[in-house]
Amino acid sequence: MADELITPDELLSKIDHRPSGTGWMDTPVEIRKGMYCYAANPKSVETLGLPNAHAWNPVDEDWKLPENWQQIISEGFRERLGKFRSFKVFMDICVRCGACADKCHFFIGTGDPKNMPVLRAELLRSVYRNDFTKVGKILGRLAGARPMTIDVLKEWWYYLFQCTECRRCSVFCPYGIDTAEITIMGRELLNLLGLNIDWIATPVSNCYKTGNHLGIQPHAFKDMLDFFVDDIEEITGVQVQPAYMEKNADILFITPSGDVFADPGTYTCMGYLILFHYLREKYGLKVTWSTYASEGGNFGFFTSHETMKRLNSKMYAEAKRLGVKWILGGECGHMWRVITQYMDTMNGPADFLEEPVNPITGTKFENAKSTKMVHIAEFTADLIKHGKLDLDPSRNDNKILTFHDSCNPSRGMGMLDEPRYVLQNVARNFYEMPANTIREQTFCCGSGSGLNAGENMELRMAGGFPRANAVKYVHEKFGVNMVACVCAIDRAALPASMSYWVPEVEVTGLHELVANALILPGEKERETDLRGEPLPGMEE
Amino acid sequence: MSTEKSLLAKKQEILKNWFEATVATYPPDTARFLKSHKDPFTNPVGETTYRSLTVLVDALMNGADRDVMTAALDPVMRIRAVQAFSPSMATGFVFSLKQIVRQHLAADSGSRNKTLAELDQRIDEMALAAFDIYMACREKIYELKATESRNQFFSSLKRAGLIADSEADGEASADGPGL
Repeated sequence: MADELITPDELLSKIDHRPSGTGWMDTPVEIRKGMYCYAANPKSVETLGLPNAHAWNPVDEDWKLPENWQQIISEGFRERLGKFRSFKVFMDICVRCGACADKCHFFIGTGDPKNMPVLRAELLRSVYRNDFTKVGKILGRLAGARPMTIDVLKEWWYYLFQCTECRRCSVFCPYGIDTAEITIMGRELLNLLGLNIDWIATPVSNCYKTGNHLGIQPHAFKDMLDFFVDDIEEITGVQVQPAYMEKNADILFITPSGDVFADPGTYTCMGYLILFHYLREKYGLKVTWSTYASEGGNFGFFTSHETMKRLNSKMYAEAKRLGVKWILGGECGHMWRVITQYMDTMNGPADFLEEPVNPITGTKFENAKSTKMVHIAEFTADLIKHGKLDLDPSRNDNKILTFHDSCNPSRGMGMLDEPRYVLQNVARNFYEMPANTIREQTFCCGSGSGLNAGENMELRMAGGFPRANAVKYVHEKFGVNMVACVCAIDRAALPASMSYWVPEVEVTGLHELVANALILPGEKERETDLRGEPLPGMEE
Repeated sequence: MSTEKSLLAKKQEILKNWFEATVATYPPDTARFLKSHKDPFTNPVGETTYRSLTVLVDALMNGADRDVMTAALDPVMRIRAVQAFSPSMATGFVFSLKQIVRQHLAADSGSRNKTLAELDQRIDEMALAAFDIYMACREKIYELKATESRNQFFSSLKRAGLIADSEADGEASADGPGL
C-alpha cells in the first residue's frame, strides 16, 4: 500500500495553477463581489423619467428585465448608430492592432483580459456585427459576431462599469478610437433597461431635484460654507464673506459639491473662498456662488446624453438669471470634458454671456470664447503671471509635492501646464512622476465616471494601482508626501488608494495650496495651514 | 559541487522559472503582457512581481529571516489581494518554488535531502508570511469600505442637521480622511 502513496514531488508536479485558456467569447462572466456597484434605486431612475425603473440585484440570475429587452437594445443601438457618426465609425474601423490593449489601468491592475479596451469594445462590436452587418449575419462567429443573450448583457454591464471613461487608451489608438465613447453608448443602452448603478443614478436624481449630487438643500449648502468661513477666520483672522446668488456679479463660480462636503476637498473649497475674498478686497472683483447651480460635476454624463444635457443646462440658466458676465469653474474632472467637448452642441451657444476676460489682468480666455466658462487653474495662473497675487510659498515648505493630472482636464481639455505653473508658484518642493504616467498619458485614479463607491473597493484599488505605483516611486525617490490634483473625484478616491498602496502620502487640491500661500490683506500671523497643521517653523 | 553551491549556480534559472510559474496564474493574454514589458510604469504588476521574487530567491538562499521575506512579499501580495484570486490562488505561487527548486537541484548531490528539507521549511515560512500579508490586505480593504460607509452615514446626518456641531461632543471623527 505504501508504494501507492504519491510522493511530494509527484503531488507538486500535478498542481496546475494556470487558468483555462478558453477564448473570450467562451469565458463566462463571473460577477465578483468587490468589483461592481449596487444596482440603481428605482426611485432615482423614476425621478428622471428614465425607462424601466425596477429593483434588481446584479448577482441574482433574474434581472427582472422587460420581456422585449433584446428588441429595446437592438432598436436603441440602431438609433444611436444613426445619431452619432463617431459611434458608427468606432464600431467599424478597429483593426485589433492591440495598441490600446495594455494601456488601461483596469487591465493593468486587475489582469482581466476583458478589461483590455479593445476587448471591452468588442463586447459591443460583436453584437453590432451580428445585428447590423451583412458579413456578421452570414458568417456569425467566424466574423466575430454573436447574438445578444442574457449572458452577453451581463457581461456588458459588468465590464462597462469597469471603465472610468478616462480615455488613456484613445491616446495610443492609431485610428483615434475613443473607447470612452463606446462605454458611454453601452451605458446608455443599459439605461434603456433600467440597469444603472446607484452611485450614479441617485446623485443624478439629487442633482435634478436639488441642484447637486449630494442633495444638499440651499440652507445646508450655505451652512457648510459658513463653517468654512469660521475656520478661515480662526486660521487667518480674516472673515471672508461669500456672496450667494448675487445679481450682476462679475462671475458665477461653480464647483463640484464634493468640495463642500468631503475631505480633503473641503480645504480646497476654503481655498476658493480665500482667493475670492482677496480678489474682492484688492480688485473689487465680484464672484458669486449659487445654491441652485451648486454642482459642477455631471453624473448625467455617465447615464445618457439627454441626462447630461439636462444637468448641464441649469448652470447656464443660473448664469443667465443672475446676469453675470461669465462662469468660473472649480477643480472638477468630468465637468470639464462636458463643457469643452459637449456643452456647445448641447446647450450652446451661451451668447447671453460675454467672452471671458479677466478684468484684473485684461487677459482674454480665447479657449473659452464659446463656452464662456474658464477653469480656475487657468484663471489663477493668469493672476500669478501678472503678479496680482501676494504669495508666500514657504508656508507650503513642509509639503513635498507631485501632481496627478486628472484624466478629463488633461486629455479632455488639454490643460497640462497651468496647474503646474500655479503649483510651482505657491510651493517650492515639486517632483514630477515618470513621463509615461503624467500629462496626456496620466493614469486614472481608478474611481472616475461614477465608480467611486465603497462596495467596489477591490476594483478601485486594482484600477488605482498604476497611478499609486508612480506616486510610490516619487515617494521613495524624493520623499513626496502629498499628491496634488484638480478633480473632486480624485480628492474623494485617492485618499483610499494612497492609504492602501502608499500610506505616507496625502491628497490635496490645488487651491488649498494657493490659499495657504496667499497673504490676505489684514491677516494675522498664521500658525497653521488650512488643515490646522502647524506651518513650517511653527511646530512645537 | 555541494548542494548549496549548485543551487546558487542555478539562481537565475530558478528565478526565471518561478516568475513564469507565478505569471501563469493569470489568463494567458495577461501572462504574455506581464512577461513582455520591463518598464515598471507600463507594466507595474509584472515588474513588481519580478522584483519581489528576486529578493525572495535571495532570501531563500541566504536563509534570511521572516522580516526580510515579509518586506519582499508585501508588494506582490498587496496586488494579488485585490485581484480575482481565491486566498489559496493568491498565495499558492510560493509553493510552486518547491517544485522548481527540486528540478534544479543536482540529483547526485549527497546532501540533497538535508538541503531540501531546509529549503522546504523556509518556503513554508514564506507561504505563512504571504498568507499573513494577504489577510492584512483584505482587512485593510474592509476597513476602507467601513470607513467610507461610516463617513457617508455621518455626512448624511450632518446634512440633515441631525448632528450638533460642537467641539465638545467628539463628533470630529465624522470627518475622517477618505470621505
